[in-house]
Amino acid sequence: MARAYETVIGLEVHAQLKTATKLFCGCPTDYGAAPNTQVCPVCLGLPGALPVPNERAMELAAIAGLALGCDVRSESRFDRKNYFYPDLSKGYQISQFEHPLNLGGHLTFLVGDQEKTVGLTRIHVEEDAAKNLHGAGGGAATVVDFNRGGTPLIEIVSEPDLRSAVEAEAYLRKLRDVLMFLGVNDGNLEEGSFRCDANVSVRPVGQEEFGTRTEIKNINSFKFVRQAIDYEVSRQVGVLESGGRVVQETRGWNDVTGKTFSQRSKEDAHDYRYFPDPDLPPIVFGAERIEALRKAAPKLPEQLRAEWTSEWGLTPYDAEVLTGHPAIAAYFGEVAGALDAGGREPRAEAGKRAANFIQAEVLRDVKTSGLDATFSVPAADVAELLSRVQAGTLTGKQGKQVFSEMASSGEGAEAVIARLGVQAPISDTGALEGDIRAIIAANPAQHEQYKAGKTKVLGFFVGQVMRVTKGAADPATVNALLERLLQE
Amino acid sequence: MDDGKISSEQVRHVARLARLQLDDVEVEALRGQLDAILGYVAALDAVDVTALLPSFHAIPILSPLREDVATPGLTRERALAAAPASDGEGFAVPKVLEGA
Repeated sequence: MARAYETVIGLEVHAQLKTATKLFCGCPTDYGAAPNTQVCPVCLGLPGALPVPNERAMELAAIAGLALGCDVRSESRFDRKNYFYPDLSKGYQISQFEHPLNLGGHLTFLVGDQEKTVGLTRIHVEEDAAKNLHGAGGGAATVVDFNRGGTPLIEIVSEPDLRSAVEAEAYLRKLRDVLMFLGVNDGNLEEGSFRCDANVSVRPVGQEEFGTRTEIKNINSFKFVRQAIDYEVSRQVGVLESGGRVVQETRGWNDVTGKTFSQRSKEDAHDYRYFPDPDLPPIVFGAERIEALRKAAPKLPEQLRAEWTSEWGLTPYDAEVLTGHPAIAAYFGEVAGALDAGGREPRAEAGKRAANFIQAEVLRDVKTSGLDATFSVPAADVAELLSRVQAGTLTGKQGKQVFSEMASSGEGAEAVIARLGVQAPISDTGALEGDIRAIIAANPAQHEQYKAGKTKVLGFFVGQVMRVTKGAADPATVNALLERLLQE
Repeated sequence: MDDGKISSEQVRHVARLARLQLDDVEVEALRGQLDAILGYVAALDAVDVTALLPSFHAIPILSPLREDVATPGLTRERALAAAPASDGEGFAVPKVLEGA
């Protein structure tokens, strides 16, 4: 290309708030129910039905705002955004326009190893639209399912601070992580509970004013966000380079063709005629209420990582792995906390013990789906098992064997130990010394080899001791004793 | 209103947003009526409101909030009962084109 262009991206993320019920009525928000079985006069927009805001939804939206550095407003209001579409029962969407709950804010994330901070314009609360099922039903071409209609969302609007598709993806991954750790959103892109519109423009490098932007709607995977932005950037540069002008419009993303396509041009750009919803008086969260929410909010991954590396003996790598999912972080927290509470070893030792065991044994069987995760053994049982290793009544190796049996049988540590007849390791030097002396006496040739410098035969003696003690000897004690007695 | 007059074009614009089909006679009639209505409201322009905050609601109350607990809704049969068309599961509407 003749000129160099700079890409400018702003993102609008719609994240479903993790509530049991809809934003303005008591209908459940469960995903996957049969069409139109979670509906009522309010979310169907029947005449005379009145909306009442869901308190939990407003709290979750405020928690997100607090974590993202927003100015959480003590008073917020709802407006009507008017347009006609079959997925909108009332002919308007209830959203926040003039007085959103959260203003400003920012998100800091890593792009490769570079830290980047993107400003947020606002985070407002709104209801989701219903779902158009295309091609379903006999004869009718479009059928509307209102189960999703009225589901609470926050829309997180970024400033046009992103400069590449890679940055956009890193921003989205970090944002999703934050919302999941806060318990605000389940992060489930496939089910549409976290989706993104991208505003994309290009301008010649050095030009101050922004180029004309297009908005790519409803992209539901990180990969597609990257691909859609890259495609759109090259399309816009192509238009400009061939002497054309970029048209301000809404575009869709076709993941089959790998292209964006024009959906609506500016001529019929929507004029939403926002006005305050007369059915909904202002919502007030006082300063005390907001402070209480701030205090009660769950910790974010970077806070956990900082604590775990400074106090709990974890390497940055361990901390990264264990904050990979909120449920895994909670699991580690429970196990490490229980081991630390036992007071048998310093906190850093207990943390390292829990981290090593979870990474080596527990994580390979974990399945996550949204905010949920299934573990083969509950954290409390692993804590109980590891406290036995900590106390020296199980060797590390025995601990792993018992764990594997717990995972397959579903029994607790005690039951498995009893059933398998696992012996406590013999770490009593007095008890072991007799056995070891007898073994040395019975193997004079190997003893001579050892004394001649062939220290590899130590392994032979360890094996003999383990055989005699049926694996119950504490390995560290055996090694130390053998090294001493073989010198004699 | 800049000059206190509604133009025919403004009437057509609002009509299109509201999905109303108006002929020229109707546009003119409504233009006159809208002018009269807005002219009536414009009497408020004479009041000095510089020291007042805008009010968004007729009565100064705060919104009640609802606990996040599910309540019974409508059965699907009842929900669809008044629909002009349905396939038994959902509300049938004219085909929505979303391009491709």
